[in-house]
Amino acid sequence: MKKNFRGLFFTPYVLWLAMFVIAPVALIFYYSFFDIHHNFTLANYQEFFTSGTYLTMTANSVLYAFLITLFAILISYPMALVISKLKHRDLWILLVILPTWINLLLKAYAFIGLLSHDGLVNELFQFFGLPIQHMLFTDASFILVAAYIQIPFMILPIYNSLTDISNSYIRASRDLGATKWQTLTKVIIPMTLPGIKSGIQIVFIPSLSLFMLSRLIGGNKVITLGTAVEEHFLTTMNWGMGSTIGVVLIISMVIVMLLTNTKRKRRRA
Amino acid sequence: MSKTIVELKNVYKKYDDGFTALKNISFKLQEGEFYTLLGPSGCGKTTILQSIAGFTEVTSGQVLFDGKKINDIPANKRQLNTVFQDYALFPNMNVFDNVAFGLVVHNAKKDEIQTRVHDALKMVQLEQYANREISELSGGQQQRIAIARAIVNRPKVLLLDEPLSALDAKLRKDMQYELRELQQNLGITFLFVTHDQEEALAMSDEIFVMNKGEILQKGSPVDIYDEPINHFVADFIGESNIVQGKMVADYQVAFLGHQFECSDAGMRPNEPVEVVIRPEDLVITTPEKGKLQVKVDTQLFRGDYYEILAYDKAGNEWLIHSTNASTDDAIVGLTFGPDDMHIMRYNETEAKFNHRLESYED
Ligand SMILES: Nc1ncnc2c1ncn2[C@@H]1O[C@H](COP(=O)(O)OP(=O)(O)OP(=O)(O)O)[C@@H](O)[C@H]1O
Ligand SMILES: [Mg+2]
Repeated sequence: MKKNFRGLFFTPYVLWLAMFVIAPVALIFYYSFFDIHHNFTLANYQEFFTSGTYLTMTANSVLYAFLITLFAILISYPMALVISKLKHRDLWILLVILPTWINLLLKAYAFIGLLSHDGLVNELFQFFGLPIQHMLFTDASFILVAAYIQIPFMILPIYNSLTDISNSYIRASRDLGATKWQTLTKVIIPMTLPGIKSGIQIVFIPSLSLFMLSRLIGGNKVITLGTAVEEHFLTTMNWGMGSTIGVVLIISMVIVMLLTNTKRKRRRA
Repeated sequence: MSKTIVELKNVYKKYDDGFTALKNISFKLQEGEFYTLLGPSGCGKTTILQSIAGFTEVTSGQVLFDGKKINDIPANKRQLNTVFQDYALFPNMNVFDNVAFGLVVHNAKKDEIQTRVHDALKMVQLEQYANREISELSGGQQQRIAIARAIVNRPKVLLLDEPLSALDAKLRKDMQYELRELQQNLGITFLFVTHDQEEALAMSDEIFVMNKGEILQKGSPVDIYDEPINHFVADFIGESNIVQGKMVADYQVAFLGHQFECSDAGMRPNEPVEVVIRPEDLVITTPEKGKLQVKVDTQLFRGDYYEILAYDKAGNEWLIHSTNASTDDAIVGLTFGPDDMHIMRYNETEAKFNHRLESYED
């Protein structure tokens, strides 16, 4: 009786998972074993791991994602730290999160307006007598804008882990003679490491496969795995190769998860 | 002659919301003594510790350490340490690293850290636990590690905020002995906070009884128990029978329609007073021999004594501790000597109270 009821309760979730998580992943795996003429083959994987193009692309993507994640942490951590000390801190964090409600495309166009040849930033430069900079379609602008987009996703878990720290830990640290800086590096940052890790998990993987931004802000000079997937599915119609790249992305996601989930090892045996 | 190490002079603390948590607090702590702040919840005990440790700024008044004003010195520069109520052991470090923290932040050398952490752990009898994680310790063990961490910097004063309140009754008793012994071995000043009067009486050299942001009475456990300054202190420290009376003349007090010889003096003739008699000072006899007659209502066996509740004709409640049982509903007599009564005046300040006691007590 009870068991039946429970089963009934779980059915919608199981169905949901099966349809929208398991099935798509299975399909990606399935497609990755077919070439453009629907013949079963391992050639996609062979091509991916032997051609220089895909491997440089992968290396590039990892490098960009790494930089985006790094900048997101460098900006988010101090910001979360300051906000967690403010009086109306929940309101401030809401303001930081607010841009996630705006469509990505709109934000990208806003940045084009800011960074373009006649954009606001260059107008400011002119006003101060600085030479006009070519900013749009550069690596730097791509990383800057991508980091900006990812900041809310990085800041939220860090902020949550900061506000979870009981004040008495900070007092204990100060009481034992630690300066503010020592308290930050020896107590606060180690205790918020779980927050930083989940921030990395949320930010790093999507950063591997950003395609819209790399087109609009990076001006197609920045080719990531995401751009390649889009290209294969929409332009060359080589779904097999596209899926293969998808599989690589899924596996790298699992690797990042495993790396950031390692339990703290005992020091001093 | 011992030396004053911490002093508070006319300290007031008003919080941002306008609430005054401390009103004119003044006291001195001597080197090597065990002091207890005793008072009900919310009376300002933690606020006093925080203003000494440097976690809260006092609104007015002076905090002195070793004769120097430390009001504006940050917590990390004050040479005293705190054992927190929730221990606040860093969960991301093991026992060794927790205890070593105070040395590491002062850039001590590796081998010095090793020996001093070992010594501190030995003091609390947990030397084998250096490599344990904090989550692998029992509550009592965490409590000792918190103490070891606080004494590793060899402070002159240790502040302890209700360190035993999270422990069960048996462990609590053991830790009371251990803490007292530790304090004597270290020879440093302890300022201990509790709202448990038995704990305060058992451990302290001197007790400060607080209520509503004020210190009502300072004194040794015996003084405070035998000569409470007012109704609140008498009631808060141990059990007591308090009746209203009148001070007829020096050494003569009247209550419940009789006049008794007592050992208190220095009041106005016919001044209204309160009379305290501790339950263990009342002796049960026959109604004829008794100074008062009461009717036994209920009695409880407490192991080493009977706790007897009785009422007099005026309806006052009397609590009596007796080694022998009585009979329910029996009319019995109560006797007590002149020294068993303690007389309290209404609204007497501590200074006046002490002055009056000195005037006739030698
Ligand atoms: N930050 C604050 N702002 C306003 N009022 C406060 C603040 N901190 C404490 N108080 C008030 O000051 C009073 C004294 O607080 P304190 O923590 O010193 O009490 P305590 O004697 O330690 O009590 P307990 O035994 O419950 O720990 C309390 O009434 C409390 O509500
Ligand atoms: Mg308190």
